[in-house]
Amino acid sequence: MMSQVLYSMGAFVVFPGFLFTAAVGLLVAWVDRKITARLQWRVGPPWYQNFVDFFKLLGKETIIPRGVSRISFLASPLIGLIGVTLVSLILWQTNLNPHQSFLGDLIVVLYLSILPSLAIVMGGSASGNPLGALGASREMKMILADELPFIVAIFTPVVSIGSIKLGSILIHQSINGMMFTHHISSIIALVVAFFCIQAKMTLVPFDAPEAEQEIMAGPYIEYSGPPLAIFKLTRAMALFTLPVFLITMFLGGFQFGGLGILWSVVKYVVILILIILVKNTNPRLRIDQALKFFWLRMFPLSIIGFILALVGL
Amino acid sequence: MNQKTIIPVGPFHPLQEEPEFFELEVEGEKVIDITVNIGYNHRSIEKIAESKTFDQMVFLVERICGICSTSHPIANCNAVEDLAGIEIPERAKYIRSIVGELERLHSHLLWAGLAGHFIGYNTLWMWVWKYREPILDLFEAVTGNRNHYAMMKPGGVRQDIEEGAIPALSKGLDEAEKKIEMVTKAALDDPVLAARLKGVGILSKEEAIDYCAVGPTARASGVDIDVRKDEPYAAYGLVDWKIITQEDGDVFAKVVVRLLECFESIKIIRQCLQKLKTTKGDIAVQVKEIPPGEGIGHHEAPRGETFHYIRSDGSNMPVRLKVRAPTYVNLPTCKVTVPGESVADATIILAAIDPCYCCTERLVKVIDRERGRKWKWEDLLRLSRKKTERIKKRMGISHE
Repeated sequence: MMSQVLYSMGAFVVFPGFLFTAAVGLLVAWVDRKITARLQWRVGPPWYQNFVDFFKLLGKETIIPRGVSRISFLASPLIGLIGVTLVSLILWQTNLNPHQSFLGDLIVVLYLSILPSLAIVMGGSASGNPLGALGASREMKMILADELPFIVAIFTPVVSIGSIKLGSILIHQSINGMMFTHHISSIIALVVAFFCIQAKMTLVPFDAPEAEQEIMAGPYIEYSGPPLAIFKLTRAMALFTLPVFLITMFLGGFQFGGLGILWSVVKYVVILILIILVKNTNPRLRIDQALKFFWLRMFPLSIIGFILALVGL
Repeated sequence: MNQKTIIPVGPFHPLQEEPEFFELEVEGEKVIDITVNIGYNHRSIEKIAESKTFDQMVFLVERICGICSTSHPIANCNAVEDLAGIEIPERAKYIRSIVGELERLHSHLLWAGLAGHFIGYNTLWMWVWKYREPILDLFEAVTGNRNHYAMMKPGGVRQDIEEGAIPALSKGLDEAEKKIEMVTKAALDDPVLAARLKGVGILSKEEAIDYCAVGPTARASGVDIDVRKDEPYAAYGLVDWKIITQEDGDVFAKVVVRLLECFESIKIIRQCLQKLKTTKGDIAVQVKEIPPGEGIGHHEAPRGETFHYIRSDGSNMPVRLKVRAPTYVNLPTCKVTVPGESVADATIILAAIDPCYCCTERLVKVIDRERGRKWKWEDLLRLSRKKTERIKKRMGISHE
């Protein structure tokens, strides 16, 4: 019993939970920065830059604005961090051992993956800054925009397979091959989900909630020191976790034997590079344009995919 | 968020690299009114100019702005020459135009990059600035400096362009043109960029005339004013080029005008370089003395008309220098372009006039609201010293 608890704690804190996701996330965020820099004729930072940034922020003073609810102001970065850590934990546990997943884990992952965005809304509103509030309201609109097509897209393979367990989806793919290559519906769903995670990570062109030149980082404006470090870490971890979610759902998940590891990493890197390319070849959309993009283009597209899945394609 | 809120853009804001303060009164995301506050950056250039000789003054006005750092000298020299009735040699005219147009090239590219940055398109920003570098190299080849060229003086220019240097300059220009062409195509064909900028911040032709807008801001609204054509100076009357105008008046039209103007500038420089091969002679005339009187000079700076007025009493220093930079008249157009747009668009609209605050800053008057009393320099100094004393006392630092 005791060892069971210790094992769970270890899984949450070390592998594949917090420490693992954080370390890989910060590394991946470096890949993002480096590729972005190379695309822009710059040199880019060394690989450890994000770690240095993180620890430097940890050592800085935490300034809490006057008249702010301390609890919601300080709790929101932690809520976001816990959300992304749990998502990563469940995804990796399932990928490591598909037979052990529990019923409805997909729904849990979906719910937990909203937590970082909600944390930003909460922190931005709590900061009492007009720019922070504006950023929070934009983030709220962004959640409303991307959540609907995202859920429809994620449930498309569920319909194709007929199981809502992440483990069964993985086992199905390991037997029949990737959803992506066997179902037209999943191709459509993957495209939709790809744009949705871009919005969930508030990367260009969907970075209106924290537009630096308009509202000076919006929700993060009053944050400093460790809380800011945690927000940054959450973003880096999301950049690692959300593509893993897509890979689990559509691209056959991660394999750990022999060449499988290499192939899994290639899948992840391809998605990462696509994210970075989209980020670097677009200007920022206005929030109403982003809303229109998701509701008028992505949502019908995801519905088409869903219907195709129902038909069995 | 449905009550009125003030969104501050400034005094220090990542949007623009200079101190300025816009108060956006917003309802939700929509801007309903805007107040502009400037006056954070006053350097009393006009006052200092009164204690400089006419030759020194050119160096002084060159430092009004780092971006249009040859526009002010050209306008200033035009004013002095107007005052003294000097006709500059033809060779000097071509060289003036070459430097002036190179400046327009680098300034428009600088703006295009910044505009990309303001709408979150950092890749465009970096690429355009990368392609701006060869222009600065051309500057270095022509004048010896990448910025602050020190080329102008009353009566002509300070440095000649040797005939042996012309082929290299033409080659550099060709390469720069190719790259600008690529950027122009990429920017004008980008559907997302168009979605973001078209129909945003429209300044109609009538409003442009009413607000006395100048330069690309006016030309993007269909007003074809350009000092280079309307009142030719330097070599602009001797070469063939045309004014670029657009009818829409939105931010996208301003992008189009600026990018297409780059090609006109290249055209002008090419022709001037050709003419330099055949035009021999001095590059400056000797200016013996400046008679008493008044003179005006203007130059079409990258941002619009720069205007200089000089009054002389016959000594070697001006009695009065008055500078009017283009941003000074373009800035108020935000009163009509910004209200009604969203906060996201307001920032790019404000940036679309290519504002230059260090050119624009003039006198600041500090008025006590309660007593209606004007604070003078001595009062402000006294206040500042008092505050320093207070801070010292609080921190426990005592005088010797």
